[in-house]
Amino acid sequence: MTPPTHWDFPVELCCRPMAFVTLTGLDVVYNAVHRAVWDAFCANRRADRVPISFKVLPGDHEYPKCRTKRTSYEWYIPKGILKTGWMNKHLNLVPALVVVFYELDWDEPQWKEKQLECATRVEIVRQSLQGRNTKVAVVLIQKKTPLPPGEDVIASERAAALCNACDLSGKSLFVLPHTDHLVGYIIRLENAFYEHAQTYYYTEIRRVKSHKEFLNKTTHQLLFVRHQFKIAFFSELKQDTQNALKNYRTAYNLVHELRAHETNILEIKTMAGFINYKICRLCFQHNTPLDAIAQFRKHIDLCKKKIGSAELAFEHAAWMSKQFQAFGDLFDEAIKLGLTAIQTQNPGFYYQQAAYYAQERKQLASMLCNHDSSVTYPSPDPLETPTGVLDFYGQRPWRQGILSFDLSDPEKEKMGILSLQLKEKNVLHSELIITLLSNAVAQFKKYKCPRMKSHLMVQMGEEYYYAKDYAKALKLLDYVMCEYRSEGWWTLLTSILTTALKCSYLMAQLKDYITYSLELLGRASTLKEDQKSRIEKNLIKVLMNESPDPEPDCDTAAVKASQKLWADRVSLAGSNIFTIEVQDFIPFVQCKAKFLAPSFHVDVPVQFDVYLRADCPHPIRFSKLCISFNNQDYNQYCVVEEAYQKSDILEQSSQGTMCLVPGKTRKFSFKFVAKTEDVGKKIEITSVDLILGSESGRCVILNWRGGGGDAASSQEALQAARSFKRRPKLPDNEVHWDTLTIQASTMIISRVPNISVQLRHEPPALTNEMYCLIVTVESHEETVAKDVKLTAGLKPGQDANLTQKTQVTLHGTDACDDSFPALLPDIPVGDLQPGEKLEKPIYIRCGTVGARMFLFYISYLINTVVEGKEILCRCHRDETVTIDTVFPFDVAVKFVSTKLEHLDRVFADIPFLLMTDILSASPWPITIVTSQLQLSASMTPVDQLESYVGNVVLQTGESASECFCLRCPPVTNASGVATGCYVISWKRSSPVESVPVVNTIITLPHVIVESIPLHVNADLPSFGRVRESLPVRYHLQNKTNLVQDVEVSVEPSDAFMFSGLKQIRLRILPGMQQEMLYNFYPLMAGYQQLPSLHVNLMRFPNFTNQLLRRFIPTNIFVKVRLQFNHAMKNRSFDFLRIILSPFAQNSAFSFHCCCLQNILSPKTLFI
Amino acid sequence: MSLQGDLSSPQNYPLYIRSVPTENELKFHYTVHTSLDVVDEKISAMGKALVDQRELYLGLLYPTEDYKVYGYVTNSKVKFVMVVDSSNTALRDNEIRSMFRKLHNSYTDIMCNPSITRGQDPFQAFDTMVNSMMMQVC
Repeated sequence: MTPPTHWDFPVELCCRPMAFVTLTGLDVVYNAVHRAVWDAFCANRRADRVPISFKVLPGDHEYPKCRTKRTSYEWYIPKGILKTGWMNKHLNLVPALVVVFYELDWDEPQWKEKQLECATRVEIVRQSLQGRNTKVAVVLIQKKTPLPPGEDVIASERAAALCNACDLSGKSLFVLPHTDHLVGYIIRLENAFYEHAQTYYYTEIRRVKSHKEFLNKTTHQLLFVRHQFKIAFFSELKQDTQNALKNYRTAYNLVHELRAHETNILEIKTMAGFINYKICRLCFQHNTPLDAIAQFRKHIDLCKKKIGSAELAFEHAAWMSKQFQAFGDLFDEAIKLGLTAIQTQNPGFYYQQAAYYAQERKQLASMLCNHDSSVTYPSPDPLETPTGVLDFYGQRPWRQGILSFDLSDPEKEKMGILSLQLKEKNVLHSELIITLLSNAVAQFKKYKCPRMKSHLMVQMGEEYYYAKDYAKALKLLDYVMCEYRSEGWWTLLTSILTTALKCSYLMAQLKDYITYSLELLGRASTLKEDQKSRIEKNLIKVLMNESPDPEPDCDTAAVKASQKLWADRVSLAGSNIFTIEVQDFIPFVQCKAKFLAPSFHVDVPVQFDVYLRADCPHPIRFSKLCISFNNQDYNQYCVVEEAYQKSDILEQSSQGTMCLVPGKTRKFSFKFVAKTEDVGKKIEITSVDLILGSESGRCVILNWRGGGGDAASSQEALQAARSFKRRPKLPDNEVHWDTLTIQASTMIISRVPNISVQLRHEPPALTNEMYCLIVTVESHEETVAKDVKLTAGLKPGQDANLTQKTQVTLHGTDACDDSFPALLPDIPVGDLQPGEKLEKPIYIRCGTVGARMFLFYISYLINTVVEGKEILCRCHRDETVTIDTVFPFDVAVKFVSTKLEHLDRVFADIPFLLMTDILSASPWPITIVTSQLQLSASMTPVDQLESYVGNVVLQTGESASECFCLRCPPVTNASGVATGCYVISWKRSSPVESVPVVNTIITLPHVIVESIPLHVNADLPSFGRVRESLPVRYHLQNKTNLVQDVEVSVEPSDAFMFSGLKQIRLRILPGMQQEMLYNFYPLMAGYQQLPSLHVNLMRFPNFTNQLLRRFIPTNIFVKVRLQFNHAMKNRSFDFLRIILSPFAQNSAFSFHCCCLQNILSPKTLFI
Repeated sequence: MSLQGDLSSPQNYPLYIRSVPTENELKFHYTVHTSLDVVDEKISAMGKALVDQRELYLGLLYPTEDYKVYGYVTNSKVKFVMVVDSSNTALRDNEIRSMFRKLHNSYTDIMCNPSITRGQDPFQAFDTMVNSMMMQVC
């Protein structure tokens, strides 16, 4: 092959060496049986089959001749390290084993002849392999299945005979029955072949080793390497990879021990590269990647400096690149087979380095191969060899086999170098570099190195640029630019942008050219001022529809081509408006829009400022600035425009408003009147457009989304906020750019109301009352407030139950029911004149206790004038108030006997008392209008049920009590009997008459009714007098349906004498009553115990006197004799009052009254 | 002989870069930028352990053919990267570590210094320190 690829690894080096076995005597074209045998050998060779490479050859094939054995190395001088044909010879030409296939059955009738023919064939093969150790084996293809060994006597006899005839050992004769199990037989056969092949390679290794003793170190240095390499290679063929590795390592060390000189350095490097490749490959195969890496590093360190001829330095770079690439390939292959790589150690680094050397090669080539076009390729071609190939790896074609370090023919050497240089000139370096880079990119992508990936892509882009494929270059550069931009590496970004600008110039891509120029002029660019100035001038030219000046350092031919393209662009009319969205990059104009306030009242104009700042070196004019809003109606108010002449653009005056001066912040103020329908809405700046150039030339629209800001501004804002740097003071009308913040939206809120709202009420509210709240609205407006509306009621958003239990009405005179709403919306109130005051009472009924929030919301329409424009706007004011609701009073109810003793149950038909107690809990006085006892059907009143608490006013903490005498007829069910309910009609004591009365219904507790067999009641005066007869009548009433035997006795008392039946037994019929009359004669004055009555019932032993005590009095008050009567009258009254005083202290005066009334009523109450 | 000092913020934008000699500076910028891949990976691998362990020195980030790249990251994720010529055998791991510590101290000093006044580059003091360090090793 020709030199340009002499650093490429030959195929035979890179393949996996396998034992070479040739098959002869097979006619695979015409014989179906032979074809099937061959197919079974070569088809389907998976990893589990033994590693053999088979080849079918004719029986009389001529194998390469073996040279005569050297008996002495004494006079032998080797001409190179390794012959180029050697590896191929042992892989594909010289077999380890030759197999002779021959169709012969054991029972062949013409056995003798056949045996002879077979022997002849073997002999021919042997002839051809004269001098080699190659094994020969014979395979007999038989039609019959053989008998088990030892059974077929003829077979073993004939086999022995055949072996003898062919001079074969028994181990080399095989039988292949052509039956169903062909593949099975074949596998057994090839295993046997493999054993033979291994033996062959073993002997070969021994043979090569045996040469060693003849070598001496002075003249045979090359042979040391050659032999070591051969041993290793044979070991590989033998599949003994451990020994192969060991021997390759030795060979590698030997290569570097060779004396190196400029003339043989290429050969040394080539061989070192080969051996290194083998070592690394085997290390990966043995799953010791670290060994492979270490070997490779060592290899590179050793060879890096062995450049060789300076005129052919590019060759060294190419060789280095190849080393790295090959290692990368090996690494990558190992990964595919299951090796794990890491971020800092992956094939990408090797491809990257390979690319680096390829770049270096390109550089060196451009330096060393810049021959004048008049230099012609030398003739005859010094790179031609007589055979067309080199004899030894790594030698120069024009001086093969010359070991002398002196150049015998300098002229020839010069020609050789020249031809190599001229060939190098034609190599497409960029292609090589790009391939390597893209390999590396694929790897770094896999191993989480985004920045490395970007860097390599930049290099790829640059390489495409050098290769003049500008479109691809631009695509790659554009892709990675944003990564550098987002991380703020401005130097790197600038360098990429510069290349990109060149590409876009050379392709005359207008929009890209403008975009990159914008950014290169911007603050992120690290270009020098003069560069910026040049770019800005070019940009202005482009805006004026002219061709820009070429970028520096561009290929002259490419510049010429592009100038033509630019000229075409100029002549083209139309499509000269470019909209450039700036938020993804960093243009040289910065923009910040700021509303002056986060919200504006609808009756004041909305104001905002747009700040612009240019970072370019020269002032620049713009033609228009316009702002767009989410409501597009406002867009028309926010435009700055100035028509200017085309010639003005170069005039560098900073006077005009439409001119941006570098480093100075320009402020544009805008103001507009918001629409009334936008009240409550957000006004947002959706974009700011700055138009550079004119529509007659070219027009570039810089479009900021929102209120300005570009790819870098958010980070800058963060830094400015954190910075503690003090800023120098600026004149009043100037601001620091950093301190400006973008405020791209504002709220339109309603006009401030000029009315007052007052609430007048007396909290807390009492449950169920119509709570009155007076709303006072007073207008302080200067014109009429129209369409005044009041919304009043429970504030929405509270507990849902409150809504059910709260009612609001405007009419307080009649109580409302549950159907009334909790909120009265938009009550029309009419118009309010300036200064007019309006009062509106609102009534609220709260059904449950607890706090509630009430809302009072007044809205009205009013005409105002803003900026000379009349608008009708709605204003509103709201007031909220929290009102507590409390119970007006607590009601306690209890049952007592006629003797005011507490009762837990009542007796049928026996009168008892129901006592109610109303305790005021209201902080305001309340008036009990009346009360009413509504008895259930099972209860009957004993006397009139009139109310005693009517029109009583209760202050806080005061209570009013009543008691009613009731009787309960006998009932059948033993459980409770409903009593009925107690209705209290009340209202807040207030001067306002119209307050409606509230009826509070209290359900009375159930009471257990029990029946008794006998009821006794006494009929006696309310008091007695000393020595005056006191008639007492006891009524014994039989309450049962039985005739009752009653034993009655009276026990005397010290205070009385008495007449009547002291002890008697009598019978009382059912439902009847017996009267017992006694005449008591008091002996002493005062509160005296009466003679006690004892009743025994024969049928009801449970009826005790204890029970009886509940019904009849045990004591009576005895007054002194009548002659003292008048004198004592007043005193007895006093005495009564003393008795009552404890009650008076605890209860209201009403109770006092009612007690007195009851006492004076002789029938019911005794004290 | 070449040496490059670099300081990069938690968001990975460069705070300070200096290289000696100044030719081929762009290449060093790229080297430093790409080394942040490894720094990021190391930080995320360490995770919370970083805080407890307090080992800020990340060691050799990755070897290139000609340079060695070392990394160091503070608790507030400010990164220091040093690129040293491979042939410079005088700088061993210990020296690199102490150089990083010096850089860190110096950085902390300027960040904490309230008296840096208007217009003054906060990295000026840092610059002198880096200069003296580079003088020593180059």
